[in-house]
This record gives sequence, structure tokens and C-alpha cells, in this order.
Amino acid sequence: MRVVIAEDSVLLRAGLTKLLTEGGFEVVDAVPDAEALLRSVTAHTPDLALIDVRMPPTHTDEGIRAALVIRRQHPSVALMVLSQYVEERYATDLLSAATSSVGYLLKDRIAHVTDFLDAVRRVAAGGTALDPEVVAQLMVRHRTDPMDRLTPRESEVLRLMAEGRSNHGIVEALRVSPSAVEKYVTNIFAKLDLPPTDVDHRRVLAVLKYLQSA
Amino acid sequence: MKLRQRVAMPRGAVVRKARATLNAMAAAALAVVALVVMGLIVVVGGAALWSLATGPGDVAHGALYAPVVLASPILLLWAIQGLADVQRARIRLTAGVEITTPSTDNRRWPLGPWRSVTTWRALAFHLATVGIGGVGGAAVLACWLSPVLVVAWVLAWHLPYPVLIASEFIALVLVVVAGRLAVLVTGWDLWLARALLGPSRNEELARRVETLAQSRADIIKATDAERRRIERDLHDGAQQTLVSLAMNLGIAHNTMTDAPEPARQAIADAQDEALVALAEMRALVRGLHPAVLSDRGLDAALSGLVARTPVPVRLTVDVPSRCSPSVEAVAYFIVAEALTNVAKHSSASRAEVTVTRDGDQLRVIIADDGHGGATPTTDGSGLRGLAQRAASVDGTLTIDSPAGGPTTITAELLCGS
Repeated sequence: MRVVIAEDSVLLRAGLTKLLTEGGFEVVDAVPDAEALLRSVTAHTPDLALIDVRMPPTHTDEGIRAALVIRRQHPSVALMVLSQYVEERYATDLLSAATSSVGYLLKDRIAHVTDFLDAVRRVAAGGTALDPEVVAQLMVRHRTDPMDRLTPRESEVLRLMAEGRSNHGIVEALRVSPSAVEKYVTNIFAKLDLPPTDVDHRRVLAVLKYLQSA
Repeated sequence: MKLRQRVAMPRGAVVRKARATLNAMAAAALAVVALVVMGLIVVVGGAALWSLATGPGDVAHGALYAPVVLASPILLLWAIQGLADVQRARIRLTAGVEITTPSTDNRRWPLGPWRSVTTWRALAFHLATVGIGGVGGAAVLACWLSPVLVVAWVLAWHLPYPVLIASEFIALVLVVVAGRLAVLVTGWDLWLARALLGPSRNEELARRVETLAQSRADIIKATDAERRRIERDLHDGAQQTLVSLAMNLGIAHNTMTDAPEPARQAIADAQDEALVALAEMRALVRGLHPAVLSDRGLDAALSGLVARTPVPVRLTVDVPSRCSPSVEAVAYFIVAEALTNVAKHSSASRAEVTVTRDGDQLRVIIADDGHGGATPTTDGSGLRGLAQRAASVDGTLTIDSPAGGPTTITAELLCGS
């Protein structure tokens, strides 16, 4: 799996390179800013780009903008965006352009090495990885939506699904029976008009559809 | 900024008296010149007007006198303003005192300046200084010259010798007094100049307000810039280092699978602590300045803020064009503080934030359905801080929070762009 890293901090760039290499990825390039990232993606066409949101020259949202450009020009490149803080607006921008092979995580998550590498693999394989905090912000932002069709319990289940939890994980988190969770999930799919296809992908679609419904 | 700068007077009574004498005599000379110049203009203009009114009224007559009548108010204005400039220069040179030139209100010539109070104050100075500078200066000169004058007087009237002795004695007393009189006359002269040639009290206050407003705006701008700089430094420095630290601890924990359990536990604890520090650092950095505010404006920044608030908040932002960064920051922090209050103190079940821009006015309204009773004096409510933040950009903050609720906080700010 070939990866390009864009991160302006020298320390983290080296750390991420080491981490991904040890995790079995091939880091083909590690660059310090968005412009170099775009050049590098064009040159290497990696499987995944790992992108810091805040990079030179303006230190605002270069990473998000670069991610959107990459998605438009090289749709095959998976995008994993990392940030010190999550912004609802950045997440909306990112998710409006990409509903698969996309991730947006707080940098804190890197610390849990195994989970982080799993998330990177999931995104590279076409899945999604949204930070619990991203999901929470998006859900909160839309919870006052009058079009709200989900019950509070269903919203909660949807939130846990968005974080990437399995039914088993949701059972543990909510302390309810597995059959109850299955019922909630089925209700959510039904309310969001999602036909039964590939199960894992449908879970992500459910979240994105819900978020985009507002 | 000092409005008048006092140039250090040379030390020593003799020098002081000499300078005062010079000033008094220059004042006298200028008073006379001013009186003559203005008097000539008035007399010539008046005579021309009289001739025009009482003359035969033919074209040649009118062509001769009408321009004079029309020109005299303009000439008089020039004289008044020019002489005022000369007087200020004279005071700077001889008394070493800077009299600030009052603004002329930029009124349009030829008649506009006649409506300015500055012109009439200058005219009043030129007339009053005949009494103070003119008579005073002449008296000072007379005192200094009295020994000579006495000799001339005695010789001219063929008076007896003892009269000369007695008179010279009086003249010597006058010479001694002359220096003090000069200092006195200079004092009156300066008082008059400050009152009539300098800026009026209103103008001075207006200037002061302008200066203060400017310096306050500069301070706010500098503070904002400083907060942004610290935010950047922490983001690029401490935060990245903490992430790296947590990551390395994570790697260590994962790879040291055969290490003794206490060691692995210590690494896990260290990692958790690094993550707590990271979360605290994030909260601190966000409190300094949210980067998304500079980048995407109020709507985006408030969206994130609302999303992090535990109470459901409906957010409406209608700001077609962005306000100045300082005002945006004030608006953001008012909403942040108000929502913190809502979550902490109000027991509200929902809140509503509305931000609208109407012309240059930015209106921020935070309403909740809590139990009310919020006052600026409530400890820890931060409402005082909100009012101060609003005031720092000339804004106002109104708190309507009757006991039992609901609470509405309204901030009205000037966009400044």
C-alpha cells in the first residue's frame, strides 16, 4: 500500500513515516505543504494521502482544500485527513466531496497505534473513518433539524455506527440486547431508504445520508 | 500625546527676564502691526462701501469700489489667519512655548472661515493683545529706557540738577522692576494665546478622544495579533510534540509485548496522560483564537462552537460581508462565553444564537429558555467580561434575564469595515 504524507511538523512527519512503514505501508513521499503534496500525488499516484489540515503558507485549511483537489483530479487516491482540532465546516466540505475512501481524525488518535493503522487500512480499502468528535459535531449540528425522522435512540445508534463500531460494539456501548441493536439498525436503514446491499458500506452511507439530509 | 510641548526655558533669572522682555516687546510690535493692518483693511473697505452707497452710482464708480468692498473681507481673513500664525511663531521663538494650531474645520473660502469660531477667536486675540501685549510691552520698554528718558525730560525742560538725581533714582527702581514686569506681561500674553490662538476646549477634547480611540483600537489589534501568534506557536510547537510523544508511547506499548507488566502499565499511563495534556492544550488553544474564525468567518466558527455545546442550539448567521477581525473575535467570544453560561448556569433545554449584520452594525443575540436571573454581578457568570469585550470595540451589551427566565443577551457592535 503506497502512501504520501503531507505534514509540516518535521517531528510528526518522521514519526508518521516510521509508524506507517512499520505498519506495513510503503511511504513513497513525505512533504511539508499542500503544494508539494499535489505535485507528489500527481507524480506517484499513491493509494492513500495522509494530510494535515493546517499547513503553510496560511496555516488554516490548506489540507482540506488540497484533499478536495486530489479527490477531483485523482479519484482513486484515498484521503486520510488529520487535525489538531475538528471543525464541523471542514468535515462538511470534505464529506460533501467524498463519501468513500475518506477519513477525518484528530491527531490524538495516532497514539492508539493499532486503531489508527486499522483506520488507515479501512480508508485505503474504500471505507471511512470519522473521528467520534467529528461525528458528534455533525450530529449536534443537525439535531435541531425539523426534518428529523430518527428517534433519539436511533440517532445514538447511528452516531456509534458513524464512528465505525460494529453491532457488537454498539451493544456494549449502549448496554442493550443484540436483537434491539439489530432492530434499530434496520429501522435506520429503512427510514433513510437504503436497500440491503453490502452491509459495511451501507452503514457509512446511512451516516452520510443522514448528515446530508439537512 | 502632549498637546503643548514646553520647550525648556534657559535657567537663570537674568536670561528669563531677558527673554520675557524680548517677548513682551515683540508682542507689542506685532500688536501694533496687526492693529494697523486690520485697521487699514477695515477703513479702506468701509470707505469704499460708503463711496459705493453714497456715490453717483455709474459704472466706472462701481467698477472702482466694488472690487475693494468685495476683497476686503477676504483680505481681513487673510490678515487674521496670517497674523495668528505669526503670533504663534513669535511665541514659539521668544517664549519657547508651542501653541497648537487649531483646525480651520476645512471650511471653504472665501466666506466659510468666517463661520468658524477659530477665526473669531483669533480676531479676539488680535484686539485683546493690543491691551496686554501692546500696552504691557510698551510699559516694559519704557521701564528699561527710563534712565535715558529721564535725562531727556530733564534736559528738555531745563530742570534743576537735584530733580535729575531724584528722577534717576526712581528710574533705577523702574529698571529693576522692568524684568519682573516683562515676566508678568509674558505670562498674560501666553494665557491669552492659549485661550484664543490654541485649540478650543471642545476641539482639544475631540482630539483627545480621537487619539484615545485610535490607541485603544491599536491595543486591541495588537492583543488579537498576539493571541493569534501564541495560538500558532502552541499549535506548531507544544501540540505537535505532544502528539509525537503520545505516538511514540503508543509504539512502545505495542512493540514491548514481552516487557514486564508494570513497565507496560507505566507506558500506558504515560500515554493516557499525554492524551489528557493534548486535550487540555486543545481547549486552551481554542480559547485563545479559533483558527477557523480568521479562515472561514463567524458562521463557520460559530457552527463549531454550537456543535460543541451540550445544550441544543439553533444557529442563524446572516452576515453578507465580513466585519473587521477584532469585531469578529469579540462577537465569537461573546457567543462562546454566553453559551458556556447557558450550559453551566441556566438549566436551559435549548438556546438560540442569531447573528445579523445591518449596515455597519453587527447584532448578536443569544437566547435561552433557562431559569433566568443572570446579572453582571453574578459571580463566575462572565457577563461582566462580555460587557467589557463589547465595550472594547465601542459596542453595547444588553442582558434581559428576569428571575424565572427566559434570558436574552444582545450585543450590538460596529463592524468597522
